[in-house]
Amino acid sequence: MAVMTLLQAVTSALDCKLADDPNVLVFGEDVGVEGGVFRATEGLQKKYGEKRVFDTPLAESSIVGAAVGMALAGLRPVAEIQFDGFVHPAFNQIVSHLSRYRYRTRGTRPMPVVVRFPNGGGVRALELHSDSLEAVYGHIPGLKVVMPSTPYDAKGLLISAIEDDDPVIFMEPKRIYRAIKQEVPEGIYRIPIGKARALTEGNDLTLVSYGALIRVCQQALVEAKKDGIAVELIDLRTIYPMDSQTIVESVKKTGRLMVVHEAPESFGVAAEIIARVSREAFYHLEAPPVRLCGNDTVPPLPKSEDIYFFPPERVYFEIKRALES
Amino acid sequence: MSDRKVPPPSGANNLFAEFDPLKGKRLEILDQNGTLTNPAWAPPLSDEQVLAAYKMMLLARVADLKAVSLQRQGRLYTLPPSIGQEACAVGSALALDRDDWMVPAYRELGAWLVRGVPLARVYLYFAGSEFGNVYPPGVRVMPNSVPISSQLLHAAGIGHAITYQSRKEVVLTYFGDGGTSEGDFHEALNWAAVFRCPVVFFCNNNQYAISYPRAQQTRAKTIAQKAIAYGIPGIQVDGNDLLAVYRATREAVDYVRAGNGPVLIEGETYRMGAHTTSDDPSKYRESAEEAEWKPRDPLLRIKRYLIAKNLWDDARDEKAREEAQAQAEEAFREAEKWPANSPDEILTHVFAQQPPEMARQAESLKRYLAWKEGR
Repeated sequence: MAVMTLLQAVTSALDCKLADDPNVLVFGEDVGVEGGVFRATEGLQKKYGEKRVFDTPLAESSIVGAAVGMALAGLRPVAEIQFDGFVHPAFNQIVSHLSRYRYRTRGTRPMPVVVRFPNGGGVRALELHSDSLEAVYGHIPGLKVVMPSTPYDAKGLLISAIEDDDPVIFMEPKRIYRAIKQEVPEGIYRIPIGKARALTEGNDLTLVSYGALIRVCQQALVEAKKDGIAVELIDLRTIYPMDSQTIVESVKKTGRLMVVHEAPESFGVAAEIIARVSREAFYHLEAPPVRLCGNDTVPPLPKSEDIYFFPPERVYFEIKRALES
Repeated sequence: MSDRKVPPPSGANNLFAEFDPLKGKRLEILDQNGTLTNPAWAPPLSDEQVLAAYKMMLLARVADLKAVSLQRQGRLYTLPPSIGQEACAVGSALALDRDDWMVPAYRELGAWLVRGVPLARVYLYFAGSEFGNVYPPGVRVMPNSVPISSQLLHAAGIGHAITYQSRKEVVLTYFGDGGTSEGDFHEALNWAAVFRCPVVFFCNNNQYAISYPRAQQTRAKTIAQKAIAYGIPGIQVDGNDLLAVYRATREAVDYVRAGNGPVLIEGETYRMGAHTTSDDPSKYRESAEEAEWKPRDPLLRIKRYLIAKNLWDDARDEKAREEAQAQAEEAFREAEKWPANSPDEILTHVFAQQPPEMARQAESLKRYLAWKEGR
């Protein structure tokens, strides 16, 4: 075991799979010599050579499009897009080909591709460096969408993603890239895609979140606990396919549901969770489910960032309100 | 990368030097009367090979006309006719070896047939089934790609994988004149050139992107000259001349297989039919223009060449047409026999394993269908 940040856990996962499988290639803008703008691929080109870990021309559509071609020829490409907002030029390749090739060819040409990128806001960044489009990707048939919240999960989920025979959009919460350190095994282990995890047990409220917001929720729960509020915090970990069962079981116990994410509220992941819970556990609900999400606005530049990206205190406030209803 | 510099074309590829796009020359070997006007560049094809190529073009023509007719009868759905582009399709595809790859757009019927895509599958696709995209094992032809030029990046990626694994295959990919305005055209040529991927980019310049004419698509004088910006060879050929298309593609295939990086070929041809069966070209082009291209029909030219060489005559041509017709009919019968899809079919192959939510959706659909059945 070694103590790792989420970023180092990502590097370790890539390292393990590069060593394990010659069909794995890692590439993107500045991932080679520089080791990535966040250093997620630090040292990998030196270790595995420039055929396995390489810089690409500055063109996101070609990063994903070439990955599709590599998968057609039998490789397992792991493509990095530098920032969440830079995936947009590759959107056509993701939606028109990556997600559809298996279906289009009746299972004969699968797409074992990972597209990973730093996701979300809260780091005082430039425009289009703070987006969180998991609901958009989750809406596209054929894509798996993963967002870890801890170093341990990040490594285990990324290894599963690379080994998966379907395309995985792997969203790394950049806000907590270096915020948390955790014991992480140095070798290969797997966290299954499509499984949520309850982080705390409680009977008063089911609180569902994922990615960087898990930490915000955990901080809020410190204060809530002092008030004697017992919250069951569930880390979704995979956006699609969603583990609604774990959430439904919890809501059957608590009778109350609150979903927290930083992406805009309307048509978001929270809406999907609430729809499923309403279907499966309607008569167990003691109050209308609550969502605490980003507003339906553009993630703002740093001067307004603290207004858009809510602090633990806001989560605490909404928990109190939810329990009063 | 240590060796990104593109080497100058070797002596064996002086075709590319001779027909450098900046010289404004176009490779033509047979004129429209079927006369060999440029024997110096005639490809080393035997008479039997040329005859076989012609028969393949004929099959593509007959099968295409049949497809359009079937569409008019409501037995196939919307499809893009390939009439007029048989020399580009067949001539280029014939330059590939058995293990090579093809990444088509969607108007490459002759190329599919050369590469072993069963005609029945082509019909099945346009009869509305994804099973029309499933080809026999070993047929390295990718399915139709609808978003324009997006497939060129897949060709670059396949080429990248081939280079990474030190294999010797090449990739031949197709697009149209309109496709050269897409960003992915630029990105794919750039990627393939930077990483020296073994890809031949073949532009079917059929003069139209639906209604938008080639002259308006780009200020560039030729499409071939776009190669210069990527530091790769480019060549313009008479796309209705089977021998010219084959010669250029053959040279390009050899050049890219030798590890020199990609080549751009522009085949100048004419879309004799509509963009798709839903389109009416009389809205945007004069019939005089269509009449002007008619004598340049790629089949006519190679047929005249074969007749002049005493390898062919009208009687044999008529017989070959009938055989092609029978073959197309048999293929359509096979496609028509394909069973209707079960409800399960649309909910499988989205993922390797069906997620629980989709299983629930399948149950819901079946519940309704069972109710409907009992009504």
